[in-house]
Amino acid sequence: MATQENAIEATQDPTLRVERVDDGLCLAFAGEWLVQGLLPSTEELRRNLAETPKPVAIRFDTSKLGRWDSGLVTRLIDLYRDAQAHSIPFDDAGLPEGARRLIALAFAVKPREGAARKQLRTPFVQRVGESAQDAWRSSVAFVTFLGEAALSMRRFATGRAKYLKSDVLQHVEEAGANALPIVSLISVLIGMIFAFVGVTQLRAFGAGIYTANLVAVAMIREMAPIMTAIIMAGRTGAAYAAEIGTMKVNEEIDALTTLGINPMDFLVTPRMLALVLMIPALTMYASLMGIIGGGIVGLSMIDASLVQYVQQTISAVTLGSLFTGLLMSVVFGALVALAGCQQGMACGTSAMAVGQATTHAVVMGIVLIVVSASLMTIMFINLGI
Amino acid sequence: MVTPTGNAQAHIEVRDLTMSYGDFVIQKNLNFTVRRGDIFIIMGGSGCGKSTLLKVMIGLKSPSAGDVCYAGEPFWAAAIARQEEMKRGFGTLFQAGALWSGMTLAENVALPLTQYTRLPAAEIRDLCAYKLALVGLAGFEDFYPSEISGGMKKRAGLARAMAMDPDILFFDEPSAGLDPISAKLLDDLILELRDSLGTTVVIVTHELASIFSIGNNSVFLDPITKTQLATGDPKELRDQSPNFEVRNFLMRGTAAAVE
Repeated sequence: MATQENAIEATQDPTLRVERVDDGLCLAFAGEWLVQGLLPSTEELRRNLAETPKPVAIRFDTSKLGRWDSGLVTRLIDLYRDAQAHSIPFDDAGLPEGARRLIALAFAVKPREGAARKQLRTPFVQRVGESAQDAWRSSVAFVTFLGEAALSMRRFATGRAKYLKSDVLQHVEEAGANALPIVSLISVLIGMIFAFVGVTQLRAFGAGIYTANLVAVAMIREMAPIMTAIIMAGRTGAAYAAEIGTMKVNEEIDALTTLGINPMDFLVTPRMLALVLMIPALTMYASLMGIIGGGIVGLSMIDASLVQYVQQTISAVTLGSLFTGLLMSVVFGALVALAGCQQGMACGTSAMAVGQATTHAVVMGIVLIVVSASLMTIMFINLGI
Repeated sequence: MVTPTGNAQAHIEVRDLTMSYGDFVIQKNLNFTVRRGDIFIIMGGSGCGKSTLLKVMIGLKSPSAGDVCYAGEPFWAAAIARQEEMKRGFGTLFQAGALWSGMTLAENVALPLTQYTRLPAAEIRDLCAYKLALVGLAGFEDFYPSEISGGMKKRAGLARAMAMDPDILFFDEPSAGLDPISAKLLDDLILELRDSLGTTVVIVTHELASIFSIGNNSVFLDPITKTQLATGDPKELRDQSPNFEVRNFLMRGTAAAVE
C-alpha cells in the first residue's frame, strides 16, 4: 500500500527529459507542473540550445503531463524567448491547447516602448544634490504657505473669510479639552523626574529646598511649553495633516475650491486659531501639573513642610518667566499647526502620500519646536527676561 | 431623445485650448462649442485627458494656451474675483462624490447656501431636504457620507452640485462604479434635470450606454495625436464619422476597418 502511494507521488513529481530526436530537441514534460511544487531546472536545456550543431527544432511531448499552471507557462515563455534568440523553430503542437493560447496571449501585445523603468543607481553626489534641492523646495513651500496663512488670517480678521463657526469650536475642543489627559500624565512625570534629579544633586549642598525653584522655573520657562508642543505635534499636528490630506485624496478640497470656498480660509485658519488659542492654556496647565508632580517627589524626599515648599515655589516664579513660557507656547502652537496643515495641503493623491504627509508633519513640527525654542531661549537670556 | 429645439445658442466655447503638466502636453488645439441645454459628452480612451479638460473647464487647473468662454466671456482671461463669480454658476459632481466627510448630507448641501445666501436657517433646511429628495435621498439628511453606499454618495454629490441652482452641471464619470440600474437611474435624473431646469450638462464618461441614451453633443479626445478627433452628436459620429478611431470607440471595437 505504502509503496504504491509512493509510486503515485513519484509519477506526480514534475520532470523534464530532454532528448535529441533526429536533429531536433524533444522536451518531455511529465508530472504536475504547479507553481507550489519544486520545478526541475532548465539548465541542461539551455546548454542543449547553445550546443553545436544547433538543434533544428524544438518539439514537445506532454502525454505524461499532469495538472499544470503558470509554473509551466513561464518556463515555456522563457524557452520560447531563448529559442527565438538562437533562431530555432519552436513547434508548439505537442503542448496542451490552453498553454499554447496563453503563450500566444503573452506575446500578443508588444511591451510599450520606453514604458519599462530603468533601475539606474544614481551616483552619490547626484543624490546629495537632489536631496538638497528637495530640502530647498520644501522650505520655499513652507514659507509660501506661511504667507498664504497670513493672508487668510487677515481675511478672517476682516470678516471676509468663509468658514464654519461650529468647525472652530470643534477644533478648539479637540486641541484643548481632549488633550488634557495626556498633557497631565506627561507633565506630572516630567515634574517628578526634575524633582528627583534636583533633590539628589542639591541635597549634597544642603540646598534641597531649592528643588522647588528648579522645578518651577524649568517647567514654566522651558519644559511645559516644549513638552506640550511636542505632544500637540504628535497628536493634533498629525491629525491636521491626515485630515486635510485625506480630504485632498477624496477631491474634497477641489469640491471646496469649485464652490468658491478658499480651503485656506475654510480648513487651515480655523485649525491654526484653535491650536494657537488652546496651547497657552494647556501650557499653563502643564506647568501647574509639573509643579505638583515635583512637589510630591520633593516633599517626600526633603525635610520641608508643604507651606515652605509652596512659598519657595511662589518666590521662584516671576512674571517674566510666565511671559516667556506663554510666548514660546504661542509660537510653537502656530508652528505645529502650520506644519500639519501645510503637509496636508501639499499631500499627494494616494494612501501612501497621506502617511508620508502625517510623518513629515510630526517630524517637521518637532524640529521647528526645538530649533525655535533654542533661538528664543538665547534671545530671552540676552534680553535679561 | 429630446433635443432642445430653437434655443441653440452657444453656452460654452472652448477655443484653441492646450493643456499640459509641466512640459508634458495632455491635449492641444481643442475647439468645440456646447449649446445651451446640451448634454455634452467628453469622451475618449483612458488617459486621454478627459478629466483634465473638465478641471480646466471648472477652473481648477489653468490651461497652457487658449481659453474657455462662458456665454461669450473668457474665463481664464478674467480677474480672479470675476472667476469666482462665474464659478458660482457651475455645479460639479466629482468622480467619488467628494462629499465633505466630516459633515452630514444636509450640511454638505447647506454649505454653499450658507456661504452665498442670507437665507434663514429654517429655509436652508427646507432647501436641503428638497434637493436631497430630488435625488431620491429624502430622509437621509443626518447621515454621514461614510454611512451610505457609493451610488448614494454620487446622488448626494449631485444634490450638493445643484444647491445653488447652477446654469451648468459638470459630471466626472457619473456611472463609474455604479450597477447598471443605478447608472440608468442617474442618467434619467440628469435628463430630467436638463428638461425641467434647462441646465446645460457636461459629462466626462466612456460608458457607451449613457453616451447614446442621454448625450446630444460630444467631443472625442485622442491620446495618440493629443487632440480632438471629432465633435458632434455621438449617434451621428458612430454612424457617419469619417474617422475610424471614433467609430471604433463608439461601436465598442467592432467597427469595420475598411473605409
